[in-house]
Amino acid sequence: MKLKADYSCTLRNRKKGRGWAGILFLLPGLVGVSAFVLIPFGDVIRRSFYTALSGQFCGLQNYTRVLKNQAFLLAAKNTFLFIIVCLPILLGASLLIALAMYSFTYLERYKALYLLPMAMPAATIVLVWKLLFAKQGFLNGSIGTEIDFLHTEAAFFVLLGTYVWKNIGYTMVLWLASLKAIPTELTEAAKVDGAGCLKCFFYIILPCLKGGLYTITVFSFLNAFKVFREAYLVNGAYPPEEIYMLQHLFNNWYINLDFDKMAAGAVLAAVVLGSVAICLKRLWDKEEN
Amino acid sequence: MRQQKGKRKYLLRLLVYPIIVLLGVCFILPIIFLLSGSITDNIEWQERMTALLMDTKGYIEWRWIPDYPTGEHFKRLLFYTPAFMKLFWNSIKIVGLILVGQLLVGVPGAWGFTAFRFRGRQMLFTLYIILMLLPFQVTMLSKYLVLKEFTLINTHAAVILPAVFSTFPVFLMYRSFTAIPKELLEAARIDGAGEIKTFLFVGLPLAQGGIMAAMVVSFLEAWNMIEEPLAFLQDKALWPLSLYLPEIDIAQAGFSCAASLITLIVSLFVFAIFRDSLEQGILASALKG
Repeated sequence: MKLKADYSCTLRNRKKGRGWAGILFLLPGLVGVSAFVLIPFGDVIRRSFYTALSGQFCGLQNYTRVLKNQAFLLAAKNTFLFIIVCLPILLGASLLIALAMYSFTYLERYKALYLLPMAMPAATIVLVWKLLFAKQGFLNGSIGTEIDFLHTEAAFFVLLGTYVWKNIGYTMVLWLASLKAIPTELTEAAKVDGAGCLKCFFYIILPCLKGGLYTITVFSFLNAFKVFREAYLVNGAYPPEEIYMLQHLFNNWYINLDFDKMAAGAVLAAVVLGSVAICLKRLWDKEEN
Repeated sequence: MRQQKGKRKYLLRLLVYPIIVLLGVCFILPIIFLLSGSITDNIEWQERMTALLMDTKGYIEWRWIPDYPTGEHFKRLLFYTPAFMKLFWNSIKIVGLILVGQLLVGVPGAWGFTAFRFRGRQMLFTLYIILMLLPFQVTMLSKYLVLKEFTLINTHAAVILPAVFSTFPVFLMYRSFTAIPKELLEAARIDGAGEIKTFLFVGLPLAQGGIMAAMVVSFLEAWNMIEEPLAFLQDKALWPLSLYLPEIDIAQAGFSCAASLITLIVSLFVFAIFRDSLEQGILASALKG
């Protein structure tokens, strides 16, 4: 009995002392992150309260200028629109393919085909897209129209397609992993109880997938901003209105040295994205418990 | 009843298999296009692309196998374009250093988050996620200011250092570290292993798959990065390969195809080598979610 008491005592003490060791492991990362991200961002927050040219303190003036700026409102609207359209499409399509691969394991060997688009450099995609979507391009050629997909509002759909094409492989693999984690006893028990395929899906599979949904949503959200690369390479700094996004705006402000507007815009964007991340995390933590 | 179900599954198979396979093949058509385009000589390209280049009516023609296949583009690229080789090695250097840096900084970081409990752990992790979600343009200004302070603008360090301290790999690796059962860690501690030994001999081997997966994703990110070098490297001699491609004019389509193919081959190579670890790692990282 005495030994047991000693033993647990030791464990408890070790637990207390352990915490700070974690910080040591994180230290190099933290130093770098602080130096390259946190502290400079603090400086940006400071800058958002001063004008760029004269360096005078101007309170919330930059913020009001940004919020009233037409370009900012357009870019924010487009970025928001793009995300709420592209995320469900990507998640739905990749889930469908993952389900197909889960039900018919023969199909898994074709996973690689879906993963390859992720490896293509943006400039290459742009080259192929130029030939595919130009007015005289292959797509128009095969259906006999003359739509300039890249320089009109159709560019939105080209970007959407690019996003789905690039990310469907990785997202599908994540779904597949979550699907495989569902204990087969559950589905088998349901089938024994007479549940058809559809019922199985809605009452067993979907709820079990909620766990993986957080990771998948975070990644997909992250990748939604990356379509900027293809958009920029095709249309430059001033693309058609419909695809003018926040990244374009910030890029232009950077080039034009509009640092005060950029600072205010960056703080606003960080606040919005931060709240989204926190909301998502809360939802996920709730699910976990 | 059973016969009906079997028949239904067979019909479903008949429908789903071709869709998935054909869709997969469609997804990699751009790569096949590159292959065929890179061995088509300039004269044939000119013939087919007149509509696009002259901006007249009509469409680009295409033949998957050129009438006169040629290796002239590859010859020109590899032997007569010193710029290409210089940028190629730039990319190798940048990406290599980024990956090494991320391993040294990110892996202990992810371990710090998983294996220890300290005050503010959740908050710090949420902060890491927020930082990860911010698109480059939001932190672009702050990074520029810090890099200017350290006079790193226009050196490779300007691109390497921020990437090394990116919180994205930490997030990717965190998930596979949490898959390690706590009992193993406890057992190691009871056996007298210090923190570092536990990390090196228990944590690392078990999370190997996740670390590899994170490195492959990081490699693809770094190999194809466009915004960072564009913003921080003014000297074209310092550019990575990913920025060479956009510089090639579309009239040089064959050459561009060849250059794209070579850029792509490196990614495909990495993909092929680490495919199994990649899937294993993604599996591990999705499960805990």
